[in-house]
Amino acid sequence: MLKKLKNFWRCIWPMVRQLSGDDAYERYLKHYAEYHAELENLEPPLGREAYFKQWQDGKWKGVRRCC
Amino acid sequence: MNKNLKMIVWLAVGLLGTFALSTIALNRGESINALWLITAAVCIYAIAYRFYAAWIAAKVLVIDETRATPAERLDNGRDFVPTNKWIVFGHHFAAIAGPGPLVGPTLAAQFGYLPGTLWILIGAVLGGAVQDMVTLFFSTRRDGRSLGQMARDEIGVIGGTAALVGTFLIMIILIAVLGLVVVNAMKHSPWATSTVAATIPIAMFIGLYMRNIRPGRVLEASAIGVSLLLLSVLAGGWVDHNESLRVLFDHEGLPLAYAIIVYGFAAAVLPVWLLLAPRDYLSTYMKLGTVVALAIAIVILRPEIHMPALTQFTDGTGPIFGGKLFPFVFITIACGAISGFHALISSGTTPKLLTNERDIRMIGYGAMLLESFVAIMAMIAATVLEPGVFFAINSPAGVVGKEAVDAVAKINSWGFVVTVEQMNQLARDMGESSLFARTGGAPSLAVGMASIFGSAFGKHLLALWYHFAIMFEAIFILTTLDAGTRVGRFMLQDMLGNFNKKLGETSYMPSVIFTSALVVAGWGYFLYIGVIDPNGGVNILWPLFGIANQMLAAIALCVATGILVKSGKLNYAWVTALPLTWLVTITTTAAYQKIFSDDIRVGFFAAANDLSAKLTTGALPADKAAVAPQLIFNQHLDAYLTLFFVAVLWVVIIDMLAVCKCCLKGKPVLPLSEVPHSATQLNDAWVRD
Repeated sequence: MLKKLKNFWRCIWPMVRQLSGDDAYERYLKHYAEYHAELENLEPPLGREAYFKQWQDGKWKGVRRCC
Repeated sequence: MNKNLKMIVWLAVGLLGTFALSTIALNRGESINALWLITAAVCIYAIAYRFYAAWIAAKVLVIDETRATPAERLDNGRDFVPTNKWIVFGHHFAAIAGPGPLVGPTLAAQFGYLPGTLWILIGAVLGGAVQDMVTLFFSTRRDGRSLGQMARDEIGVIGGTAALVGTFLIMIILIAVLGLVVVNAMKHSPWATSTVAATIPIAMFIGLYMRNIRPGRVLEASAIGVSLLLLSVLAGGWVDHNESLRVLFDHEGLPLAYAIIVYGFAAAVLPVWLLLAPRDYLSTYMKLGTVVALAIAIVILRPEIHMPALTQFTDGTGPIFGGKLFPFVFITIACGAISGFHALISSGTTPKLLTNERDIRMIGYGAMLLESFVAIMAMIAATVLEPGVFFAINSPAGVVGKEAVDAVAKINSWGFVVTVEQMNQLARDMGESSLFARTGGAPSLAVGMASIFGSAFGKHLLALWYHFAIMFEAIFILTTLDAGTRVGRFMLQDMLGNFNKKLGETSYMPSVIFTSALVVAGWGYFLYIGVIDPNGGVNILWPLFGIANQMLAAIALCVATGILVKSGKLNYAWVTALPLTWLVTITTTAAYQKIFSDDIRVGFFAAANDLSAKLTTGALPADKAAVAPQLIFNQHLDAYLTLFFVAVLWVVIIDMLAVCKCCLKGKPVLPLSEVPHSATQLNDAWVRD
């Protein structure tokens, strides 16, 4: 039972993090490493704070809420 | 599972659904258990999702799993990102589910539980969910373009402009009516007012925390925020019991309305991270948590529904809003059955995250079913109240009288039992000074939720549950208000940018202040009129909002029908044309009645004429005579606004029909703007499941 709960949690937790945007920075770093690694020296990835600012501002352009 | 067994299971679901539905529809006894509503809803949703939605996906839209979605082709790690389908579902649902499905059913409960419930179920399955799904599909095939852009590309400039103007006006009216709901919930309630006020500094603190103290730690910040919110409900009770503090938060409607207007302006001008973004997080968690808790409580408790299936108010004499069952139940419940606003999320935002077209059914159709389920729960929470209590809370003073004795006498004369002592006891239990004439739906929903939660999780905490429910409603109403004002500002800046380039810059501060002020003035005006209206204002604003929202839904369905016909799928076009026809019928009928009806509780002009006649003969008491000229002006304005909505709708329909006719005759029309097929490269098991 306990093991099942643990497995369930292991499956749910990353989802909760992704839904809320908690892991947005980690995902950004991953994306950067995958696609823009060649830029590493010219344009290093953003820091956590700078990235978060950009992410949050980008999220709030356009309709995000309904009635 | 083998095929036969599957068939038997679905047959059983179908039989159970039919049985539950007929129990609901045919019951004319004393009361019925809420579990029947839940059972009917779940069975209908399951069958519709398994068969109708699957058929639409396979035959009408012809979903192509091998096709690369915009998220894959245009992946930029920011707005275009292939995302796990459950995550997309979560984002989509969080965006479409607002306070609408909670308020509409509560108001529509004046007709009895049956009409609203049937409309929520049938409307969602054949209308709302279909609209969301096809819009999501068409936008996905067009690089995630917005509804307005699709209307322009596929039907013409007129359709595109109509969608844009329609969206803007809905936003204004929606914010006004939601503001009114909050004002009515806070009126003379120091507990509610102080709790709602506390949510503002809490949101700001969380904003600072996420931005500066621990950047990007969203979950951590949210957990702190949610605990602070719960604490603020407790603190509100303490304020309420403290004589010197409670006077600070004990206000009439008008000062509260001004406070909301000032707040709305500040929220639109302040940077998003400070107020809007953190508030959005908190309200999303609150919403999900409360909805899940309510569902669990209803299933554990299986409350009895005390409202009759149909009340005598189907004849149009209802106290909450005037107008007959047809068409007004369909206007009153927009969100939860079919909501045009969803088309804005289904186009533009969600398609950019979609990994594979296969998921369109689950996200487009499924999320709407869940929202519809929230509406069913709101209906249950409203109808578990004794009808007498329900009408005492929701009937405006202008209809039943200002004094408690008059109100009770009037409600008793309708055949619903309620006493002054009963209402006073209820108000004491809920920690309020009075629960008479608390229009807008929020207080009665909160009483319903408090009694459900109270019986499930502890009765001695009724007042706490009540104010928790009020806080929960207020926080995401205010989120919609913030976000809506901001979106309205962006749209206005976009439009004004055509005339003056500087005004179109979203970061140019004078333009930001100017356009925000215009948007706030727009909804602030309707909010102000709603507050000074002795009939409560909701009875005017909510139908107006319903008509506007259904109009936008009709525009979305017009675009979809046009695209289906242009793609040579005339035989399947009824899938969207059917709900479209129904929407056009109800909005046009409702608008006609709102404009031309002789009934002063329905017709805008009739009400205006009646009021001015009374004003000239001096039949009005001084306080009503003082506001009468403004009310008369407003009735005229509302009439023209309604006329404008219907005119816009018909222009789009005629435009769409003309395009279809040309297309069927083989004449040239605007080409389909679908992006050509390119094969998906994603071995998508890793993102999808």
